[in-house]
Amino acid sequence: MTQPVEIKCVVNGKPVTGSCEPRTLLADFLRENLNLTGTHVGCEHGVCGVCSVAVNGHAVRSCLMLAAQAHGAEITTIEGIARNGQFHPVQKAFHENHALQCGFCTPGMLAVSIDFLSTNASPTEEETREALSAVICRCTGYQNIVKAVMAAAAEMRGETVRSDESELAHV
Amino acid sequence: MSKAERGFVGQSLLRREDQRLLTGEGQFVADIKLSGMLHAVFVRSQVAHGRIRSVDLSAALAAPGVVYAIAGPDLAKVLTPVPDAQLALPKKWTTRVQHKFLNPQQPLLAHDKVRHVGEAIAVIIAESRYQGEDAAELVMVDIDGIDAVVDPQAGIADGSPVLHEQYGTNLIGDFTVSKGNVEAALKSAPHRLKRRFHHHRYGALPMECRGVVSAYDKRSDTITIWSSCQVVHWLRREASTVLDMPEARIRSVALDVGGGFGVKGHVYPEDLLIPYLAREIGRPIKWVEDRHEHLMSACHSRDQIHEVDVGFDDDGRLLAFNDEFYVDCGAWNPIGSGIAYNTAVHLPGPYKFDHFSVRSRIVATNKVPNAPYRGAGRPEATFAMERMMDLIARELNLDPAEVRFRNMVPAAEMPYSLGLPYRDGEPIVYDSGDYPESLRLALDGIGGLEAFRERQRAARAEGRYLGLGIGCYVEGTGVGPFEGATIRIDPTGKVYLAGGACPQGQGMETIFSQIVADAWKVNPKDVVVSLADTSSISIGFGTIASRSTVTLSGAIHGASDSLRKKVFAIAAHMLECSTEDLELRNGAVGLLGVPGKEISLASIAKAARPGWDNNRPAGMAAGLEETAYFEPPTVTWAYATHAAIVEIDAALGRLEIQKYVIVHDCGTVVNPMLVDGQIHGGFVQGLGGAVLEEFNYDSEGQLLAGSFMDYLCPGASDVPHVDLIHMHFPSPLNPLGVKGVGEGSAIAPPVVIANAVSDAFSERGVEFNDTPVRPEQIVRAVFEV
Amino acid sequence: MKPSPFDYHAPTTVAAALDLLREFGGDARLLAGGQTLVPMMNFRLAAPSVIVDLNRVKELDFIEASGDVVRIGAMTRQRTLEFSPLIAEKLPLLNKVIRMVGHLPTRSRGTVGGSLANADSAAELPMALQVLEGEVVVAGPNGQRAIKAADLFIDSMVTSLEEDEILIEVRLPVMSPNARFAADEFSRRRGDFAIAAVATVLTFEEGRCKTARLATAGVSPASTRLSAAEQLLEGEVIDADAIARAGEAAAEAIEPMADRNASEAYRRHLTKTLTMRVLDRAMQ
Repeated sequence: MTQPVEIKCVVNGKPVTGSCEPRTLLADFLRENLNLTGTHVGCEHGVCGVCSVAVNGHAVRSCLMLAAQAHGAEITTIEGIARNGQFHPVQKAFHENHALQCGFCTPGMLAVSIDFLSTNASPTEEETREALSAVICRCTGYQNIVKAVMAAAAEMRGETVRSDESELAHV
Repeated sequence: MSKAERGFVGQSLLRREDQRLLTGEGQFVADIKLSGMLHAVFVRSQVAHGRIRSVDLSAALAAPGVVYAIAGPDLAKVLTPVPDAQLALPKKWTTRVQHKFLNPQQPLLAHDKVRHVGEAIAVIIAESRYQGEDAAELVMVDIDGIDAVVDPQAGIADGSPVLHEQYGTNLIGDFTVSKGNVEAALKSAPHRLKRRFHHHRYGALPMECRGVVSAYDKRSDTITIWSSCQVVHWLRREASTVLDMPEARIRSVALDVGGGFGVKGHVYPEDLLIPYLAREIGRPIKWVEDRHEHLMSACHSRDQIHEVDVGFDDDGRLLAFNDEFYVDCGAWNPIGSGIAYNTAVHLPGPYKFDHFSVRSRIVATNKVPNAPYRGAGRPEATFAMERMMDLIARELNLDPAEVRFRNMVPAAEMPYSLGLPYRDGEPIVYDSGDYPESLRLALDGIGGLEAFRERQRAARAEGRYLGLGIGCYVEGTGVGPFEGATIRIDPTGKVYLAGGACPQGQGMETIFSQIVADAWKVNPKDVVVSLADTSSISIGFGTIASRSTVTLSGAIHGASDSLRKKVFAIAAHMLECSTEDLELRNGAVGLLGVPGKEISLASIAKAARPGWDNNRPAGMAAGLEETAYFEPPTVTWAYATHAAIVEIDAALGRLEIQKYVIVHDCGTVVNPMLVDGQIHGGFVQGLGGAVLEEFNYDSEGQLLAGSFMDYLCPGASDVPHVDLIHMHFPSPLNPLGVKGVGEGSAIAPPVVIANAVSDAFSERGVEFNDTPVRPEQIVRAVFEV
Repeated sequence: MKPSPFDYHAPTTVAAALDLLREFGGDARLLAGGQTLVPMMNFRLAAPSVIVDLNRVKELDFIEASGDVVRIGAMTRQRTLEFSPLIAEKLPLLNKVIRMVGHLPTRSRGTVGGSLANADSAAELPMALQVLEGEVVVAGPNGQRAIKAADLFIDSMVTSLEEDEILIEVRLPVMSPNARFAADEFSRRRGDFAIAAVATVLTFEEGRCKTARLATAGVSPASTRLSAAEQLLEGEVIDADAIARAGEAAAEAIEPMADRNASEAYRRHLTKTLTMRVLDRAMQ
């Protein structure tokens, strides 16, 4: 029996303490110990990117981190991206541009998109595709995700005007 | 005209599914947590073919956290394989098509032999997945190896090892379909060509692997099965047999499903074993497949070898097409003839010719079983025919586009009887569309044929390689036998829909709320949708084969038509008028021409109740609910043309797609944004199959794809932007005029790429007749390496 | 795919980490960025009973220039390198190559030292170390020693580090401000390990090449210098002919691997093509 590790960190703005085996992956700690099942597991070998979460502001593959390594870190999962019930511009853009279908890769896509835009506020399509190649999607063919990220970038630069006359019908 | 007046069908409504999926509030099967839940880990064969001598679970049973374990030989004593697993064939088909099928029935755990690497031999039940995996490593399996069958043609040769010894052969399916007299037509044809095509093995690879959670309730003797599944009613039916329980005590439900694409479109052994064990052990059990397992146990697809022989005239008109093809079926055949027969009848494509014959041989091999994946046999057929079109053009020094125009069924001849029966037994009739127009639009879309040929010539002169690839196909969609819908008016006035369809990301909650909203003149917000749950509707079929928009919309209309009569009768009774004077509007029933004179659906629902305060006309049964089943007369035919311009960096073998255009017709479009999304997604999966994704086996049946490092799915940088052009010939076969769209765009990309690369190198006479098209092959077309 | 059980230690100094290695010997594995080790553990291809996590050893996270050498701590994240103005200024080739390494999320955890110590055949950082003629500093029970790039990479996943040593620092000579450089890689998909990659750094004197450095990734079991090509170029005017000859020489001299992705012959061909392309690009 290995010694459990104690973890104190901040998740989605809230302080968290937990205890688990050293081998517990961060993805499993989030999903099982903290009941934050919004982070999904797609491959457990660090290729698909679906499990990506923000650790200290940077998107990382949570299947490749031990929960123990999150001690002292600030983590944001998909559950923590919206603030006060308001979508982050990236979430809004995903919704308006149909950038998700089954939603399984979406947590990873959101984490990677948000991190990417923090490094590049005016990306080209090519740069956006390159950044998004960190996460595999089987449903969307990426086209709408690229569109959404570039739209979010424009909104975050203050370039688009939110109009009530928006043609998009909401259900 | 307001949006409501225009109708919601045809509008790009944003999806109601998005709220939960964007905030991490979705519920996928792996997210389910039940009190006392245990975790299952399967022990899977590392050997491709062999006889099981013994399985020793003793060390595993003693491992920390392990509660239970069982291996195939012991399970076989208490549970026999489930009969009738494959999709049944209607009599109309079995009496028309010459066929022979042997259907081996897969046990829930291997007990006598193992027949593919990855086949489950034992299962461990433990307090956590981590502990279960620790214990699984301690299981000792003793297998006497047998030589593996890894090639279908070798598999039916004399002396080959046999997988299912009771048959004495690996040939588990053999059928022939034909029209005209192909032998004579080939003999007399002015030109002939023979080629072999191999469309290789690859698969769906949804981002969510499979998973099942099951909980048995002793008090009520009922069981719930949550599965990442496309066919919950089928699952319940089989569970009823395995568990020996009435269907009424089994609830089979799929919550959010992270992609299916066909691979979750049938019932797997795990779907039945987990519920069995949940009842046996008396605690809920969860099994979540990991990716390594998924690659070796979730079904693969494609993997067909075609030997094609064609006859044609001096103008490139096809006279005769003969094809003998082999399906590398893997160790079991969960869908029976489905894929192979799809291939057979989709071979003719949008072309008109009289003499056709295809023989299909389905061969058992020591690989993961072959089951439908987006396209389900059609990509293989399209590959063979569309490569042939280009080869005929090459042979006669004609443009491949021109050869297609000469062979296509002209618009004036639609509807067109193909002369072959579909898998539902009905004669195939291409019901609507304009195939030549789709090709014209595609050529316009890439900037014009002549303009491209000029650029191509100029590039060649500079030593650069540009190629044009075309892929045309037709697709039978909306197959029966049926789908079910229940429509009920809720006392709040909302309209409730329960349907047998099973979404995996298509946005069904949104599109069916649009369809119901139009049928009842309510806002989509006021439509309550329940799908993929056997407790909501007792008879349903499920979502495969691009069928749900067609079949569920048909059932919705059927149920709505019936229910509307009752609603109007009650309203007429309450308003003291004739039903002829009424119309649906704004969530109510109102008097024609008298705005404001209306009764809300809520009031009508209350009036319809049984009991003292009811307000029904005399003699009318209580309640406001109808269930209808839409049994489509046959499939309705969607079609498309794909065209791509590629530039090849021959020194590296790198392919760059400069332009990719898809001209697509799926009839009436319910939600254009969602339809486009389906086309984008299918296209990228098709492209993955064309150049990146492969399941390879070595001569001993070892699967060479153990992870996403080996099996390469395309990423955002690996795929181009695709231009979509829509055509709309509504289907005459269902009330909305819709055709299926879920699979289509995965069908053509492999042949489009093969054609484009062959076209780029046409002056070197290099042909690309197999997939995937790999960089090294491209380099070798030009360089001595 | 969960790892086997292990005991976990997270020392905060190099000395403490060395002590742990000494205590546990071959039972222990060092954990740096985890982008290679953790997948292997998840597959149970690696099942160490002890993990010594270096992520809390802050003294290994730094980028400094002292004189004409840039010193990078082994636990510096690849991402930090990517956005470092110092690296962009003094080691522009490294700034270019680091973007080829995986994806932004893997660079957020992956470390410079980890990648070099791991020495995957197809990794790009060993190629950068080779072409820049850097060296690594290694700490062991008997003190520290420096290992030149040319002596570091032995075979696929094999370096000249001893089992009880820790790679603690990377030292790279500042690039000449007039150096011409380029790097290119060929892989099946963006962000994948290289099937073949070549990097070059060239300096000139009076119109002729003074020093030519060329290195590969993905082609051979260990990242190699293309010495034959280098020798052909030094002292010459680098025109199309020279580039072609260098390409031929490079292809001839290497010992390429064969695997699922490429045959030996194809890798040889790729080496020639990429050598010519990077030289061409460097000259523009």
